[in-house]
Amino acid sequence: MSAPTAPTTPKVRGPARIHAAFAEAQAQGRAAFIPFMTAGYPTAAEFPAVADALLERADLLEVGIPYSDPLGDGPTIQRASEQALDGGTSTRRTLQLVADLRVRHDKPIVIMTYVNPIYAVGPREFMRLAQEAGVDGLILPDLPPDQDIEIAALAEEYGLAVTFLIAPTSTPARVRLVAEACTGFLYAVSVTGVTGTREGAALGEVPAMLALARQFAHVPIAVGFGVKDAATASQVAQQADGVVVGSAFINAVRDGQDVGALAAEIAEGCKKQ
Amino acid sequence: MTLKLSDLTLLLPDYPQPDPRGRFGRFGGRYVPETLIPALDELEEAYRNAKQDPSFLNELDRLLREFVGRPSPLYLAQRLTDYAGGAKIYLKREDFNYTGAHKINNCLAQGLLAVRMGKKRIVAETGAGQHGVASATAAALLGLDCVVYMGAEDIRRQELNVFRMKLLGAEVREVTSGTKTLKDATNEAIRDWVTNVRDTFYILGSVVGPHPYPAMVRDFQSIIGEETKVQLEALEGRQAPDAIVACVGGGSNAIGIFAPYAYLPADQRPRLIGTEAAGEGVHTGKHAASVAGGRVGVLHGSLMYLLNDDEGQIVPPHSISAGLDYPGIGPEHCFYSETGLAEYVPVTDAQALEALSLLTRLEGILPALESAHAIYYAVELARELGPDGIIVVNLSGRGDKDVSEVMRLLDLEKKLDSDKSVAQPQDQHVGDARKIEVNA
Ligand SMILES: Cc1ncc(COP(=O)(O)O)c(C=O)c1O
Repeated sequence: MSAPTAPTTPKVRGPARIHAAFAEAQAQGRAAFIPFMTAGYPTAAEFPAVADALLERADLLEVGIPYSDPLGDGPTIQRASEQALDGGTSTRRTLQLVADLRVRHDKPIVIMTYVNPIYAVGPREFMRLAQEAGVDGLILPDLPPDQDIEIAALAEEYGLAVTFLIAPTSTPARVRLVAEACTGFLYAVSVTGVTGTREGAALGEVPAMLALARQFAHVPIAVGFGVKDAATASQVAQQADGVVVGSAFINAVRDGQDVGALAAEIAEGCKKQ
Repeated sequence: MTLKLSDLTLLLPDYPQPDPRGRFGRFGGRYVPETLIPALDELEEAYRNAKQDPSFLNELDRLLREFVGRPSPLYLAQRLTDYAGGAKIYLKREDFNYTGAHKINNCLAQGLLAVRMGKKRIVAETGAGQHGVASATAAALLGLDCVVYMGAEDIRRQELNVFRMKLLGAEVREVTSGTKTLKDATNEAIRDWVTNVRDTFYILGSVVGPHPYPAMVRDFQSIIGEETKVQLEALEGRQAPDAIVACVGGGSNAIGIFAPYAYLPADQRPRLIGTEAAGEGVHTGKHAASVAGGRVGVLHGSLMYLLNDDEGQIVPPHSISAGLDYPGIGPEHCFYSETGLAEYVPVTDAQALEALSLLTRLEGILPALESAHAIYYAVELARELGPDGIIVVNLSGRGDKDVSEVMRLLDLEKKLDSDKSVAQPQDQHVGDARKIEVNA
């Protein structure tokens, strides 16, 4: 666990840093604002500036490892992944990009990754690299916790939090199993579907899902998928501990919009009323 | 025990099931978004009940006989046998099935399950278009809405099947992400299912994907091997040949003929050989041979041998045949390979083309390009086993769908003008492609 030459040696990291960020947001009357960006998007050279702009407003930053077959993602993140991969950002490079951010930032950074990159690098090696890079936690969208219990144990060994997902289709038994496996925060998927800013994405299933999750979760609960602007963020923020916004930022980068301004707007929407 | 052919389709045999986590050994599982877990539980439960319900089994039995035309013949390919000059080569004629391949066995069964579960809409992925056509056919027959996802590259290669699906009333959605082939079509079908999970049934076309699909599709395809046992008994006085050869994409036609034999005691078990698509050669990197050229990884919900690089990105597969153009191989095959229950060998594009020409000229049977991979290896193996041996090849489908693509590849016109021997592939870059010539 010693990293004597690390550029920053924050007092807390991993699960503790994540929980502290949620607690601070709550103390300030906000749901934690958690923007997502695909690593290496739009290019590896431009990614750091995009991440800086997001981190300016974020309580936590979620960085996605570009993946060739992201079956939980809609067209926006698929295309961003393809572009980042074409630009040479794969698994190890993503961790390097996070390490570079860590030099300047103390906020929690979590990695969103499909499970295959972890297996390909080797679970232990992956955790070691992630820890070394200053990653605080992992979000695992295609790994139901009962599929591989060793991943969570390894993550813990390396001081990393794990986040698994629940969905509107989850039964009480599944919600319980998933919630109890999370050590960072619990991620509630707002709709049945993949990521992306669908037209008229309804958030009608969120209250019931959260009510169920509250019975079992001992960690904060963030809601994501289909949150695309300040209005939808505000709707979610009144109910959840955190709000995840992904595709909207990728679209903004793609269209050359001011990412910092959008982040400021959505962060404003995360206030509890 | 003697099996009567007329009894076969009435029972779905109880082969060893994967463990409670859906694993064959360490392979398989359910690596999918949590959204789908309840749907997979529901499917597993519905399948378990259906398997024990005579009304489901009788209806499936009726459709397999009267609609598909089962049993499919077991045919002694005498001229091919003579040509090879070794073991007897039998062909299990899945190309006789209505819609032209083994895929329909599985689609009707899953279609009936969909109806049973009250789902009104089905989605499917397709590579060669055979599974798409079979799904669209089942949907038409059972009155279900049908959406088929197909890669843009495959739409080009399999024009005829695209049109057939449309005629059958299915919507064909072109997939332009990634490599624009089967794996991307499968991603897209899964995304659709995640989104519409409450009213949609996903008809998966091979023994891949999350549990319970690999075991369920195996059971539905095992009719191929169960029939073979009875037919071979009648023809040769024994249920097991010396070897069985089948091509492997995801592995459904292969598992269908392997599974009834794979769990027999070692001294009764034939050699089971799956032919993987070696494309331009495993050493070139342009292939779809997951066992020979892959490493363990996760795709489409299952842990299996997979073409992926050392950072976990899927490596695009290559095969001349769209149906084998898949970067993984089903978990039960991985288990067979690891435990030695079956062997997996690579066969190149050029070798498959040769075998396609050979079988067509010698027997008047135009095989699917996929099945031609198995034919090639069977000829090799016949020589190795010698005249006392018996080989059964699973002829998984017919080649009508491939005619235009084969024509393009063989440049037939030129060849037909210049010689009367079997047309040779233009590409001679495959060093190990043995020349096959017909001595008329
Ligand atoms: C005729 C034929 N054979 C084989 C395959 C490969 O699939 P599997 O390995 O599941 O049998 C296909 C797939 O489309 C096919 O159409």
